[in-house]
Amino acid sequence: MAGLTPSQTVGPFFHYALTDDHTVSELASPQTRGQRITLRGRVLDGEGRAVPDAMIEIWQADAEGRYDHPDDHQDRPRDPTFHGFGRCASDERGCYTFRTIKPGPVAGPGNTLQAPHILVNLFARGLLKQLVTRVYFAHEPLNDSDPVLGLVEDDGRRATLIANAEGDGSYVFDIHLGGASETVFFET
Amino acid sequence: MAKPHELWSAMSDVPGYRPIPEGAMPTHPFPDYRSNPVRVPRRPLVPIPHTLSEVTGPVYGHEAVRTAEADLTTQHAGAPLGERIIVWGRVIDEDERAVPNTLLEIWQANAAGRYIHQLDQHPAPLDPNFTGAGRAVSDSQGNYRFVTIRPGAYPWKNHDNAWRPAHIHISLFGPSFVTRLVTQMYFPGDPLLPLDPIYNSVPDPRARERLVASFDLEATVPEWALGYRFDIVLRGRRATPMEA
Repeated sequence: MAGLTPSQTVGPFFHYALTDDHTVSELASPQTRGQRITLRGRVLDGEGRAVPDAMIEIWQADAEGRYDHPDDHQDRPRDPTFHGFGRCASDERGCYTFRTIKPGPVAGPGNTLQAPHILVNLFARGLLKQLVTRVYFAHEPLNDSDPVLGLVEDDGRRATLIANAEGDGSYVFDIHLGGASETVFFET
Repeated sequence: MAKPHELWSAMSDVPGYRPIPEGAMPTHPFPDYRSNPVRVPRRPLVPIPHTLSEVTGPVYGHEAVRTAEADLTTQHAGAPLGERIIVWGRVIDEDERAVPNTLLEIWQANAAGRYIHQLDQHPAPLDPNFTGAGRAVSDSQGNYRFVTIRPGAYPWKNHDNAWRPAHIHISLFGPSFVTRLVTQMYFPGDPLLPLDPIYNSVPDPRARERLVASFDLEATVPEWALGYRFDIVLRGRRATPMEA
């Protein structure tokens, strides 16, 4: 077996290569099916300070729960207008924003169904390897039986993975890298 | 808490990716890198199975990459200052299978050790003929190739008299969400490597050495540019969901 290439920090100077010209903050086109949502939030460090130099990447299924990927063999039609990948940099206040659609439920291990969710890879100066988390949506009935959410035993900790709807139709998902409200991060 | 591979074998029915070998990736907190501890979680990471969400990922094929983007020396009116080099290699997985059609994005300082980024305050000159960003897609055999200039070392404020060894940042996707990798390529024989906390954040010294390119005489073009080879190894996939 070949040995893995280790991860190294993205550093502070990635913007001109990765996000100035290659941001994807609008995931849906006018033809895309599904409920339009804005996913936004702040990235905060362990002392509650804004992280102004993070890169946030998201990956999600379409409104039917299909991924734009050759390994998704689920028996349901894929929306050809939706690719499911987003990328942006946090701003000076640590804020990020994506405009997308709410994903449908996706097949899980065994005969389970995963609640609608969006995967997050977070890169920043100071991080030697990306942090991985998931965004779930408040008041989704499937949250209670989701096979990944169920691995987080503590209710308060599980709540860090749930985006709450604001009046303007946006879902807010703050990412706390540490501190009392530290977000749950996954080992994949 | 259950170990990840136990979860995978119990719960997955899509083949997941192999667990990361001990010592092959940086772990946290890592206080030698001063900005690390306040930006990493204190609670343990929660191991999760690889579901359909993790084994899929952005293929990114919907954005066209032009061949010219792989040459960082021809983006401006004149040639950049510095030592022209060729950086090439293969993107493979742990089973030594080629990873074709994957996007590589690179960025680097110029020959004087200065990034074009507005936050770089190092008092070294910018080069009007060098931006320092490029993209390429691996071919059907996993091969990629960039033409650039050798970046300079530069100081940073991590500790007293701290200098980063010359490096090129590389970002690549691979076939799934869990193969996503952002890394840095270093140059052989750099005396700054033993002093660099970022390089030394990788616990296993053999894994660390995989971050160092090798001089490649065969890739060197006579009268024109030195060649360096840097192979990149992404996580390999289990053959079946139940494979241990």
